[in-house]
Amino acid sequence: MKKTLQTQVLVIGGGATGAGVARDLALRGVKCILVEKKDINAGASGANHGLLHSGARYVSNDPESARECRDENRLLKQLAPDCIEETGGMFVAVEGDDEQFIADFQGHCEKAGLPCRPMDIRDAKDAEPALSDKTIAVYAVDDASIDPFKLVLENITDAQKLGCKFLRHSEVVKFNRQGEKIKSVDLINNNTGAAFSIEADIIVNASGAWAGQIAAMAGAHIDVLYSKGTLLITHNRISHHVVNRLRPPGDADILVPGGTVSIIGTTSLRMESLDQIRPTVSEVDRIVDEGAAMMPCLETTRYIRAYSGVRPLLGGGGKNDDRSVTRGFDLVDHARDGIENLITITGGKLTTFRLMAEKTADLVCRRINVSAPCQTRKIPVISAHETRWAVPGFSPKYWFKEHDKNDLLLCECEMVPQSAVQEIVDYFDIFDQQPDMRGIGKRSRIGKGSCQGNFCSLRIASFLYDRDLLAADQGAGEIRSFINERWKGQRCLLWETPVVQAELQEAMHCGFFGLELIPENRKES
Amino acid sequence: MTSIKKISSDLTIIGTGMAGMAAACFAARHRIDTIQIGVNSGLIYSSGYLDLMGIHPMGTRLSWNNPWQAIDQLTTDNPDHPYARLRKTEIKTAMHQFLDFMNTTEHPYVFSENKNTEVLTPVGTVKQTYAVPRSMWAGAVALKERQPCLVVDFVGLKAFSAKQIADMLMPRWPRIRPLRLNFPSAGASVDLYPEQMARSLETEENRIRLANAIKPHIGEAKALGLPAILGLYTPSAVRQHLEALLGVKIFEIPTIAPSVPGMRFKETMEKALFAQNIHLIPQKRVLSAEIQQNDHFLLGVGEHGSTSVDQIIETRGVILAGGRFLGMGLRAGRKKIREPLFGLPVFQPEDRALWHEDDFFAARGHRINQAGLEIDDAFRPVDADGKPVYKNLVAAGSILAHQDWMRQKCGAGLAIATAYGAVAAIRKTL
Ligand SMILES: Cc1cc2nc3c(=O)[nH]c(=O)nc-3n(C[C@H](O)[C@H](O)[C@H](O)COP(=O)(O)OP(=O)(O)OC[C@H]3O[C@@H](n4cnc5c(N)ncnc54)[C@H](O)[C@@H]3O)c2cc1C
Ligand SMILES: Cc1cc2nc3c(=O)[nH]c(=O)nc-3n(C[C@H](O)[C@H](O)[C@H](O)COP(=O)(O)OP(=O)(O)OC[C@H]3O[C@@H](n4cnc5c(N)ncnc54)[C@H](O)[C@@H]3O)c2cc1C
Repeated sequence: MKKTLQTQVLVIGGGATGAGVARDLALRGVKCILVEKKDINAGASGANHGLLHSGARYVSNDPESARECRDENRLLKQLAPDCIEETGGMFVAVEGDDEQFIADFQGHCEKAGLPCRPMDIRDAKDAEPALSDKTIAVYAVDDASIDPFKLVLENITDAQKLGCKFLRHSEVVKFNRQGEKIKSVDLINNNTGAAFSIEADIIVNASGAWAGQIAAMAGAHIDVLYSKGTLLITHNRISHHVVNRLRPPGDADILVPGGTVSIIGTTSLRMESLDQIRPTVSEVDRIVDEGAAMMPCLETTRYIRAYSGVRPLLGGGGKNDDRSVTRGFDLVDHARDGIENLITITGGKLTTFRLMAEKTADLVCRRINVSAPCQTRKIPVISAHETRWAVPGFSPKYWFKEHDKNDLLLCECEMVPQSAVQEIVDYFDIFDQQPDMRGIGKRSRIGKGSCQGNFCSLRIASFLYDRDLLAADQGAGEIRSFINERWKGQRCLLWETPVVQAELQEAMHCGFFGLELIPENRKES
Repeated sequence: MTSIKKISSDLTIIGTGMAGMAAACFAARHRIDTIQIGVNSGLIYSSGYLDLMGIHPMGTRLSWNNPWQAIDQLTTDNPDHPYARLRKTEIKTAMHQFLDFMNTTEHPYVFSENKNTEVLTPVGTVKQTYAVPRSMWAGAVALKERQPCLVVDFVGLKAFSAKQIADMLMPRWPRIRPLRLNFPSAGASVDLYPEQMARSLETEENRIRLANAIKPHIGEAKALGLPAILGLYTPSAVRQHLEALLGVKIFEIPTIAPSVPGMRFKETMEKALFAQNIHLIPQKRVLSAEIQQNDHFLLGVGEHGSTSVDQIIETRGVILAGGRFLGMGLRAGRKKIREPLFGLPVFQPEDRALWHEDDFFAARGHRINQAGLEIDDAFRPVDADGKPVYKNLVAAGSILAHQDWMRQKCGAGLAIATAYGAVAAIRKTL
């Protein structure tokens, strides 16, 4: 017999929006289940720039979004301070940039009610030595950087503690309708292949770029186009502030620092499908070349990872450039399509995820007659113990200060000990889930250091066998899947030192172990 | 300013990896006046296994039992492969001479003339190889005969789990059994390193303590597998002593790097080549190269990582066995792959986008691995027209184009055979 779960609200999509909706509902005392086909932040929430927008980027073409950003930026700095680094931001123009655009910028900011202060070029260069010598104008704004992993992990953990169930690797495959109502939703566990169903009073489709697909599955319609953006992570932090190019949005015009690295991007490329969302060599080259105009050191610096995310474009895309399409969000009550218990929330930004969640939860609560008001404007996100290993810099600090003398480092680059892996595994266990190496990687810094998983994948596999968490020949598939996940981000950055490391990795994993010869035993993509 | 020392030789071998070492071994046989220079290489990561030829065609998982048949098929299908520059008898002679040489050292090998042997890896996979270090041979036999077997690992030795190895192998080897022990002579640190463990087992007393710890668990086991830590300098004696104490056949399973078999191999080679009058300049690199009117090369030598030349070699011939990216015989920039020392033309895909596959484990391999130096029948790197760039410069080992040793499982064989060919060819010019 197929298992059926019951709940008040089913939320589809384990990104920022889904996590935000789950937490908001949980705080209002509503029972919910959050399902995600892969793992947290598998979509845009795990593949964005990590910029907590001040709003300044949108002042010229979308003042509404600019104001939303401004307000949420201020709120989140209060409510989730552990996820945010208050770097401040700069808008910087270099020789050759559009003079009119530069001249209008401050006025646009004032009109939208955004603080914006012109800076002396010399002061700006003192503060940010990596700026180009060809810099001609600089303005200071309230940008900050935000850690999307910590943010989403904490929202989900908070929701879980309030009774929300979170199911990873659970993909929605079918809606079963009875007249105007969705009676149940069929899902597949992508790890075990098991099929199950969920019955809910209301279903929230928070599946980001997949929202159109999910809606179509239910017999409803949303117009979504896909725009792929690619970003590069540098090995070292390049700047203290967020640095934006002061020009109409274009490729590689934002550099966001975070912890010990910086992220440069993005590109914007219309995609036909969501199947092959990977960075390409030509995008990488374009980012390096364009970024170097603003910060010349981007030409020679070492990059450690490239990744791509998809922005869902609502309302048919932009005229000339997909970046000019509104970054506002879309909240759709599918009663308009004759389905009374399906709601879609898509579009928007990471910066406005809380607001999107609030509006969605308001609508849900009206429908199920819950009168409890939204709490997320007031109650801060708890900095959960469980999420600490994902924070850059936490592991080394822990290791030097307080580690147990019998503990061992499994990831030597990022100094992640065995006890951390155990803690993460135990956390999976509470929610009745088989631990997987990619899931462990997601919740820690493992594999993110300079060996990119080459050695630590082997140490973790052994550790999991020793604890009976892997058995039979599962390890081979787990190692391959973990290495391939890292590979996705390395493949386009393989020149100079990284190509040397890639060769060592192949010599070990293929030349020596022959792992490429093991038949695939389960889904690894 | 210190004056720069100048030395000279008939032959200079650039590289101390498998190819450089094999070349030195063949040069010594012919008593060629030889200087060898190089920094650490892939050898320190090496398993100790010597592969000759395993998989062909790439893209299939077809693993050949008989490496010579595999080479026949490979050279027919792919006449550009470096193996195709040699007759099969030459490859055989190369392997024999090299293995004979190894068998006079503390690092002897066992192999079957016409057969690959299945051996164990630390992740619990089984791989085919050609020659097996004697210290690992009993494992191959135990696997083949499915003997009752105990595999032991140690608390604190990371990335080596007896349980993992046993679990992975269980379906084909039901009587394999894991055991975890504390390493009797571990120091204060909880982390164990293979090199330290190997050193400690050079002491008789530590071997007895280890045997005592294992003894109660032997049971019906006929064979005992341990990580490759059984001695650094006298591995045969260490193993035989433990076998006598425990009354079972003992074998080593290679660990990940830095591995003891790799260290043993390197030290053994260096000692043996020193005895044969090969002049080794260790831990230095050739930083510059130019050719003189008399066709002699002038090689500028300096510290690894520096740019200042502190020694000059004048040499009549060069064997370039610089390896690929890891060995630094090749360098990959954002636009292009170069051979940095002589500026030799490098065969390569036209665009970086074609270097690597989306799937790291893609069976057909990455195209970048086929990049490298193209050579003529005399192992001389050639230009776009197929003409040798220098008449007295030859190349050997993984730097060569049109091969993928990692996927074809021909690493050591390719290095040894091409070193043999390169030495034979350069000899004629000296
Ligand atoms: C390149 C790029 C850069 C960006 N930079 C910024 C920035 O700097 N600042 C900012 O504020 N915003 C930024 N954004 C926007 C921001 O990332 C997104 O708006 C936000 O992450 C969207 O979150 P989401 O939860 O709605 O969607 P997603 O994060 O995409 O989540 C949707 C989830 O649904 C899951 N799913 C899909 N189908 C199914 C199914 N059938 N069953 C179960 N689950 C399913 C997916 O796996 C996915 O995890 C950026 C976006 C991109 C693409
Ligand atoms: C992880 C790993 C696992 C392996 N496993 C196996 C296995 O299971 N079976 C097997 O048969 N083989 C294995 N091998 C070994 C493999 O056979 C050889 O490493 C490979 O064939 C390359 O050998 P090479 O001598 O051509 O190059 P390398 O080993 O890379 O040696 C190149 C040498 O050239 C030197 N060099 C380069 N440029 C200069 C310069 N300018 N001046 C001076 N010196 C220079 C380098 O310092 C180095 O010493 C493994 C190797 C690795 C790395």
